[in-house]
Amino acid sequence: MAGSPEPPAGRASTPGVLLAPADVARVVDRMAHQLIEKAGESLADLVLVGIPTRGAPLARRLAARVAAFSGTAVDTGTVDITLYRDDLRLRGVRALEDTVLPDAGIDGRLVVLVDDVLFSGRSVRAALDALRDLGRPRAVQLAVLVDRGHRELPIRADYVGKNVPTSRAQKVRVHLAETDGTDEVVVVEQ
Amino acid sequence: MKRHLLEAADLDRDDATLVLDTAAQIDAALAGREVKKLPTLRGRTVVNLFYEDSTRTRISFELAAKRLSADVINFSAKGSSVSKGESLKDTALTLEAMGSDAIVVRHSASGAPHRLANWVQGSVVNAGDGTHEHPTQALLDAYTIRRRLGRLDGVRVVVVGDVLHSRVARSNVWLLTTLGAQVTLVAPPTLLPVGVGSWPVEVSYDLDAVLPKADAVMMLRVQAERMNASFFPSAREYSRRYGLDAVRMAALSDDAIVMHPGPMNRGMEIAADVADSVRSTIVEQVGNGVSVRMAVLYLLLGGNA
Repeated sequence: MAGSPEPPAGRASTPGVLLAPADVARVVDRMAHQLIEKAGESLADLVLVGIPTRGAPLARRLAARVAAFSGTAVDTGTVDITLYRDDLRLRGVRALEDTVLPDAGIDGRLVVLVDDVLFSGRSVRAALDALRDLGRPRAVQLAVLVDRGHRELPIRADYVGKNVPTSRAQKVRVHLAETDGTDEVVVVEQ
Repeated sequence: MKRHLLEAADLDRDDATLVLDTAAQIDAALAGREVKKLPTLRGRTVVNLFYEDSTRTRISFELAAKRLSADVINFSAKGSSVSKGESLKDTALTLEAMGSDAIVVRHSASGAPHRLANWVQGSVVNAGDGTHEHPTQALLDAYTIRRRLGRLDGVRVVVVGDVLHSRVARSNVWLLTTLGAQVTLVAPPTLLPVGVGSWPVEVSYDLDAVLPKADAVMMLRVQAERMNASFFPSAREYSRRYGLDAVRMAALSDDAIVMHPGPMNRGMEIAADVADSVRSTIVEQVGNGVSVRMAVLYLLLGGNA
């Protein structure tokens, strides 16, 4: 967030709150600009694929901002990774969520995976496995709202909303209006 | 969910809905994909232990397990040590000693899966036991109704035929009632079980009277192998009174569907032109069976260490 102007209100100041509603909106706008800049000619090929639960609304928001800034409509989708997870035996089964791809598919296109928090990298690995079964994108990139470190796999994000150094004992909670009623990112001590 | 799936009567509304929702998500996730395979049960072994003949149930379970990347062993009593007198318990313990995580069992004795569940560590799935239950068939039937009609609550389902011997009918009665549907059984009095009065269903002997109100009609197979006690005078008479032909089908409301668990006796309980009509979901039921069984295997096995 270095260099971004401080708004008079909505700035995170409560302890534990990393991003207040206005911050979330600004971070999403910046990521949309970065996507447009980096995608360049490929913008027409771009597909934003969210990882449920909160990656899905985030992908739709990013797509709306990219469309607003560039005038190019962007396809979105979601990929449920539950059946690809490597921790089902540890954490038990859970209900599945939607997998929806654009009608044109993802073959030969630039797919940007979108998730709320990047932590161990295992969700992203599962999403990459799922994508491999769904088609053959030209390239796959990763966009996350928060990168909190502690990677367990050689995975890094191409677009990061906010880097947050955390300890493993902490939890990072992303709340979005679509799923939680408000936009907020908080760190919770355990 | 519980560790075993032994009977539809075990499932409460939340469990049953979870299975149907999971099946719907798996269906949507696999639709139009080239690679119809998921890595979820990699390294797990599922044994199909079939003491009775079966085409669609065994293949459906096999396909479901394979699509979830489990290893599948198909065991049929014919050609195994069962013919040398090995018991169900010894057979199951032998299979488990070789590392099976789940046993899908079909047996001619009602209650065999329950006994099995007490002997083995892994999950047991009932794929039909005697005249007792066939829970995955009921789940796929409920799934088919929900997909076609968009709901189960308040749906009026008419089940026609040999209820006495039908495990499909029993499972459907319990599951559909749990899910809020109203079930009416139609059969000759000789083919209704003793105590049907205590079931949560309506009973009728007159098919023509109930058809106009039905949202779904489920025709049961006349089980020739169990028709050994003069339950009805002749096949022709049964067919005339309880068979579904084009004339009866015309009495159904516009969006009512016709179901059959298979295998069909065309011309006996269902006429060929009805089975092949647009109302018929018979082929769809088979396809839905794979998704529903994937959901069951995922929910039972996915989380077990």
